[in-house]
Amino acid sequence: MPFSRDQMAARAANDIPEGWVVNLGVGMPTNIANKVPLEREVIFQSENGVLGIGPAPEPGQENHWLINAGKQFVTLRPGGSYCHHADSFAMIRGGHIDLCVLGGFEVAENGDLANWATSENDTAPAVGGAMDLGAGAKRLWVVMDHTTKDGRPKLVEACGYPLTSLGTVNRIYTNLGVFDVERGLGFVVRDLAPGVSFEEAQANSAAKLHRPS
Amino acid sequence: MINKIVQSMAEAMAGVKDGSTVLIGGFGKVGQPDALIEALIEQGATDLTCVCNNAGTGREGLARLMELRRVRKIICSFPRSNGSVVFEELYKEGKIELEIVPQGTMAERMRAAGAGVPAFYTATSHGTLLARGKEEREFEGKMYVMERALHGDVALVEAWEGDRWGNLAYKDSGRNFNPVMAMAATLTIAQVAFVRELGDIDPEKVHTPGLFVQRVIEFNRGAPWT
Repeated sequence: MPFSRDQMAARAANDIPEGWVVNLGVGMPTNIANKVPLEREVIFQSENGVLGIGPAPEPGQENHWLINAGKQFVTLRPGGSYCHHADSFAMIRGGHIDLCVLGGFEVAENGDLANWATSENDTAPAVGGAMDLGAGAKRLWVVMDHTTKDGRPKLVEACGYPLTSLGTVNRIYTNLGVFDVERGLGFVVRDLAPGVSFEEAQANSAAKLHRPS
Repeated sequence: MINKIVQSMAEAMAGVKDGSTVLIGGFGKVGQPDALIEALIEQGATDLTCVCNNAGTGREGLARLMELRRVRKIICSFPRSNGSVVFEELYKEGKIELEIVPQGTMAERMRAAGAGVPAFYTATSHGTLLARGKEEREFEGKMYVMERALHGDVALVEAWEGDRWGNLAYKDSGRNFNPVMAMAATLTIAQVAFVRELGDIDPEKVHTPGLFVQRVIEFNRGAPWT
């Protein structure tokens, strides 16, 4: 059974140690925060100047001045703080964020990421903070389905879509497993979903997968 | 006596010229100076370059300004949000120019403008479509892209409170782009929920010192904002 989206988020959350400062991309990565127990102190940062995001507010308790990068209402944990956009991106671009988790269209075996535009002629692509995060975070993980809806592999030798960042992806969580990107080697299988074989993961990838040494 | 408080939106917008570059604060609806955008629509300036993280939603505010064909160009990081229908229509028909900028680069370009830094290098966007045509340079073995300061003729910002010297304090995530935009523009106009007496804003809590601000107008959004 491949991992469900919920299990992918839980699997990624499980690998985040206490003390890390983490930025989660909009969409699937956002759910990872819900899988980290509050007693494990992980500090979640959002591009719009929020450090120390807590759980979603109870219905009726929303603070209209407090949202995350996905424009959802959030709360601030005790110890949390606010800053302006340039300082928030100084955290990101200055290498102060331990981990960023983004969604992806494609990841290449050299760690290149494509996740913002589907062609050079894309009508009004939207980059947001993805290029800042891709280039600036200490570690970059990607959470995405292993293939597109029509079965095209998203782990590739070289990205076909326009790049977001070059050579910075460290790890990918897909519905089929967990894959590290090792410099000079490529994709190394760290874990496979229950019942998924190495051969099945390889058949759904467009680049060579390596067994862990 | 210095008094930057103005009493009417017409006074707030006086002198905004055609062809201006207008920096518009906010992230989503938070910290977005809605009343000032309405006042700009009313004021009539056209051929504008607008700098805003998003390209407007629905048919109000910035979207309305675009629909009236008063915006020649938009500089933003994320034009394609849910409901940015006006922008998408105009862009498809080639009726609006778009400069797409990574969000951190956009903020830093304005901070640079405010700080008198004409250009800077960043690793963001190196090797991507957004670095095309820009100078790239290696420092200590890593490649960086040169980005230029982004000045505004006008900045429209929203703060929680302000005083007659132009000091501003923001609320929660309402700070976002507002402080860097206030620094980067020649004429910064602030919409504040509360005007305070001089000295009533704790100096430790002033986020934007008054010298960055030229005009302040009180506008209370009401529930659920105040």
